[in-house]
Amino acid sequence: MAIISRGFTGRRPEVESNRLPPGQYITHDFPVLSAGPTPRIDLDSWNFEITGLVDEPRSWTWEEFNSLPMETVTQDIHCVTKWSKLDMNWTGVSLDVLLERLETDATHLMAHSYGGYTTNLPLADVMGGRSWIAIGHDNQPLAPEHGGPARLLVPHLYFWKSAKWVRGIELMAGDRRGFWERNGYHDYGDPWREQRYWGD
Amino acid sequence: MATRGGSSGIGETDGEPLCAPLHRRGSLSGAALYWLAAKVLETRVETHRVKSIVFERPTWERHIPGQHVDIRLTAEDGYQAQRSYSIASAPEDDHLVLTVERLPEGEVSPYLFDVIEPGDELEMRGPIGLYFVWKSVMAEPLLMIAGGSGVVPFRAMLRHRLAAGVEVPTRLLYSARTIDDVIYRDELEDRESSDETEIVLTLTREQPAGWGGYGRRVDRTMLEQVAWDPDRSPRIYVCGPTSFVEKVASTLVDIGHHPMSIRTERFGPTG
Repeated sequence: MAIISRGFTGRRPEVESNRLPPGQYITHDFPVLSAGPTPRIDLDSWNFEITGLVDEPRSWTWEEFNSLPMETVTQDIHCVTKWSKLDMNWTGVSLDVLLERLETDATHLMAHSYGGYTTNLPLADVMGGRSWIAIGHDNQPLAPEHGGPARLLVPHLYFWKSAKWVRGIELMAGDRRGFWERNGYHDYGDPWREQRYWGD
Repeated sequence: MATRGGSSGIGETDGEPLCAPLHRRGSLSGAALYWLAAKVLETRVETHRVKSIVFERPTWERHIPGQHVDIRLTAEDGYQAQRSYSIASAPEDDHLVLTVERLPEGEVSPYLFDVIEPGDELEMRGPIGLYFVWKSVMAEPLLMIAGGSGVVPFRAMLRHRLAAGVEVPTRLLYSARTIDDVIYRDELEDRESSDETEIVLTLTREQPAGWGGYGRRVDRTMLEQVAWDPDRSPRIYVCGPTSFVEKVASTLVDIGHHPMSIRTERFGPTG
């Protein structure tokens, strides 16, 4: 039973309640959250790899990656720090394209980033048109502080799962925790079930 | 899912020692964080737009300096709002202190600043986060760099250092607009004179007459003067607005500090 906060009226969001997960509020900025300095990434040496539990690892240079079929999508983003930003516009390559006809017994994946950040996800959550490697936002190249040149985009989970500065995914036979998941944050991170922290 | 929310953590091959969840009740099983009622004992005006709120200590075990809590407000019709705030007190302190900057466009901070008074109860859960944390057992020189209300978690670290009686070399570089915007001013002066902690202020907008400290935004020269040589491998914490943190962290990398030695916490106007 919640305690009523004397004199608190709040500022109700001007959106339908089915678009704002519990405990979130709407922001019109694009806040930044990261654990350390923004890494410097040279596009000439950038590549994206699929490694781990796979017979033939895959790898793309920046040029090769940019020749893959791109999609531009509109998605709502929910950050564990409580802000949500609706109708964000992203351009990227669907994970379905990157994982197409790949044979694996993996159940989970670890996304690896330049700078050492990692985050873990069930493989099923990045398939079926639910995740992208995004290289653009609002028709502009993705800015470094927002994860550019490329970040994972998994809008149906809290935004820390959308690893910035992504350089590859490692397919795994089971689950293993990534960076924030070892540091107190939930293993799965569904905003609609408010899975923010360990034990939620 | 093989591990839901903090079960045994099988295969944490790339774990790092820092992540050991010390001080956490039932840490190995990842105990849930419940909403608890926290009673306000006192509010203190820190600056014209910053207040500290002193709470009766919640029943959880000691937090680690640098951790935050979530606050939840509930209106009479059940509408709720949540925000995160860094803990400003040391784990050894008798009370739990949060320091809140009033953001004019904010939803929660104006309530905490304008309305809350002793005797009120708020809902709180935590402590949260195991990365932007400092413990007195950490031996490397401690460098804290704060912009504005980014100084809040550093008060917890400084008080923890004092309570633990450790002598790890410690510096705080704190950027504020004017002398009147300096949060915890008296306490920081005490700390510096009694505790061999070096506190370096820079006032970016206006300096009092006879000011002997820095009077500009944090820049490379200032960081070269204040940060230890990278060879001494300081543990570096940077907290403040996003643009401040971006600039400071990237300049520290420019002058040779290892990116992994720099921990950042950023905040935007999220009220």
